[in-house]
Amino acid sequence: MRGATRAKFVVGAVAVALVATACSSGSSSSSGSSGNGVVSALWGIPQNSLMPGNTNEINGSKVIENILTGLISYDPKTSAVIKENEDSITTTDQQHFTVKIKSGLKFSDGTPVTASSYVDAWNYAALSTNKQLNGSYFAIVQGYPAVAPATGNPTATTLSGLKVVDDTTFTVALTAKNSTWPQSLGFLGFDPLPTSFFKDPAAWAKNPIGNGPYKISSYTVNQEMDLVPNPEYTGSQTPENKGIDLKVYTDPTAAYADLQSNKLDVDDTIPTANLPNVQSDLNGRFINTPSGTTAYIGFPLYQADWSTAKAQQVRVGLSMAIDRATISNKIFNSTVTPATEFTNPVLGDAGGYKANLCGASCQYNPTKAKQMIEAAGGLPGGQMSIAYNSDGGNADWVNAVCNSINNTLGNNNACVGKPTTNFADLRNEITNKQLTSAFRTAWSMDWPLAVDFLQPLFYTNGAANDTHYSNANFDSLINQANSASSTTQANSLLQQAEAQLVTNMPAIPLWYENSTAGYSSNVSNVQMDGFKVPVYWAVKK
Amino acid sequence: MGRYVIRRLLQMIPVFIGTTFLIFYMVYALGDPVNAMFAGKAVDPAVAAQIRHQLWLDRPLWEQYLHYMGNIFQGNFGTAYNGEEVTTLMGTAFPNTLKLTTVAFSIECVLGILLGVFSGLKRGRFVDTLVLILTLLVISIPVFVIGLVAQYFIAVKWHIVDPSVAYGSPWQDLILPGAVLASVSLAYVARLTRTSVAENVRADYVRTAVAKGLPRRRVVTNHLLRNSLIPVVTFLGTDLGALMGGALVTERIFNIQGVGYYLYQGILQQNSPTVVGFVTILVIVYLVANLLVDLLYAVLDPRIRYA
Repeated sequence: MRGATRAKFVVGAVAVALVATACSSGSSSSSGSSGNGVVSALWGIPQNSLMPGNTNEINGSKVIENILTGLISYDPKTSAVIKENEDSITTTDQQHFTVKIKSGLKFSDGTPVTASSYVDAWNYAALSTNKQLNGSYFAIVQGYPAVAPATGNPTATTLSGLKVVDDTTFTVALTAKNSTWPQSLGFLGFDPLPTSFFKDPAAWAKNPIGNGPYKISSYTVNQEMDLVPNPEYTGSQTPENKGIDLKVYTDPTAAYADLQSNKLDVDDTIPTANLPNVQSDLNGRFINTPSGTTAYIGFPLYQADWSTAKAQQVRVGLSMAIDRATISNKIFNSTVTPATEFTNPVLGDAGGYKANLCGASCQYNPTKAKQMIEAAGGLPGGQMSIAYNSDGGNADWVNAVCNSINNTLGNNNACVGKPTTNFADLRNEITNKQLTSAFRTAWSMDWPLAVDFLQPLFYTNGAANDTHYSNANFDSLINQANSASSTTQANSLLQQAEAQLVTNMPAIPLWYENSTAGYSSNVSNVQMDGFKVPVYWAVKK
Repeated sequence: MGRYVIRRLLQMIPVFIGTTFLIFYMVYALGDPVNAMFAGKAVDPAVAAQIRHQLWLDRPLWEQYLHYMGNIFQGNFGTAYNGEEVTTLMGTAFPNTLKLTTVAFSIECVLGILLGVFSGLKRGRFVDTLVLILTLLVISIPVFVIGLVAQYFIAVKWHIVDPSVAYGSPWQDLILPGAVLASVSLAYVARLTRTSVAENVRADYVRTAVAKGLPRRRVVTNHLLRNSLIPVVTFLGTDLGALMGGALVTERIFNIQGVGYYLYQGILQQNSPTVVGFVTILVIVYLVANLLVDLLYAVLDPRIRYA
């Protein structure tokens, strides 16, 4: 029996070692994160280099929005415009603007924020050889084709439409009238950059310096970024805490476990599997508010059978065949809000949102839906599919939408989901006009204005017009709205344009995606902005 | 022996070229990643063309591959899309994974072989049945279930350890993830050892050793165990590679920034430098581990000779 006693001893020793080391690690790391006013928050590795012109996903945004401040910002609750660096923006013709910035503003390294900080940053982002993903936001500025020609090399390095007048003034000439342009300037791609950026952009991106509410105190690539309040900051978003530690998590599940143990303060990616129990897991410390992302089912209007007048009736019928409320509850645990129009409630009245603009066409009504589709001769080709990317957790809801359509039509094969391997595949098929039936699509606003939904998605040859919808009346109403002299007038024209969409139904609005986040018992006043980013500066600890 | 090793090392070259090309081709076959980089927003053709040119995506596949391999031999593994050098990523990832693998591998070897010998010697008794049932249980539960359940109870509920591993993966944080990662392999090692020991315990040489009056301890360790380890070592050798590459699930659950995490990110973003670079290293680990296993055979069983 000697073997037996030895084995027992080893098992016992391992158990003792486990408990001993475990206790020591538990106490050492918890002391670091609580009680000193620094908020720990979930982060992931940014997909692109940390530059405002190259940041278009959540992890990069979490940094750029905190360390840089542009001309304006948006109130996280109402989306109202708040002046930050802007002193005034004036125009007489809605096309040529004079921008004055406040004097005495500084970056965290002490260098001044001037008109050149803006003009140089915008020129850098627009120049195609700098490979900035947000370059196309400057396509409305005069001179863009010269700095980013579709083929060949640029013939100019700066936009001819941008001119520095003096230290605090610059002028912008757009290619067309755009009355709401001054309200779009809160987008992070329009942030200014200090002179140190232009000396060595790649080096700056590894240790960015800005003029935002926070500055970076330490940055361990792929692990953690520590932000502390920027003493030079004078804007409206004064931090209520002593800093933010952005911590990279490999998986939402690990973060959620840390959140439940109070080791993580702000977690904005609750795993889908935990959503049903999240209220009890976190004792109600859970946020679920609408965000500026709207999901649609688009149709390939470039295909002959989807572009007919009858197909238009079919699309309206399909919109009425989808039981948005039930899918929102059952599939999404109420983390989406059923859509009642084409834009987004985050815009607010001032941004051009009008609830129920879609009316009966977006209400679930299976009887009427079936009548309409049958009166129009049924689905084109008798069957439809909805293309989706299988890497994004879309299969469940696409199948639910198809079920809803199939139940309405009393035909189990009317609608099927059609997965593609990944998001890139789906985007390639959409961009190359290869789709023959419906597809999923979603739009996240860049700034809280209705025109930011309607123009890119539905204007003829719009930048993200995946359906290739083209309607003269719609285009003309958008043009009129862009040259309107007041926001009220512009919004009323945009709503008329939206009514045109309800008639034609080039895409079916499904729902508005919510921002979801949980927070630890150590913090309070946690909220999410319309861009799905936690409002870090307002968090109290 | 020396010539054998050299021959084996030379055989690695075509395997290396073949695997890297296959992986390169598979990432390439996923399609053009550039449109997805714009995150569903307007794709500027000018910028997209510049990015494709920078990534060599505007050349034929064979040119891309030659360019990539040429760079590798100069020590340049390329960059991820956010500008991080793949070698930097490897520098962070491999030490973490190596530590986790070491912990898992030690647990697996020590506990697995101990349990195996123990139940092999007591074949048919209660202890043996218990080990068989427990290992069957572990094998039949997917590793992520074991991981999540262990994390929920041991870390979240009872606060014995932290739910996630701290940056830099300190050893004491790795015990729980290491045990989870080792669990399934441990069960296999225990079962393999048990069968082998139970078979050899009746072999002539063991009876001879006992008859010579050798102490039981010497019989078990030197004669019985050494000869019974050959199937176990075969398994352990391939498992070393599997642990390193397959730690993905465990690494994600416990927030360990290892090979699996970067590999997963690379595949999601279709970044071939990251995927091919990491897999290349894993392939080398596999090949070397296999060579070591083959050499170990000769050590364990004197009847095996290499020329």
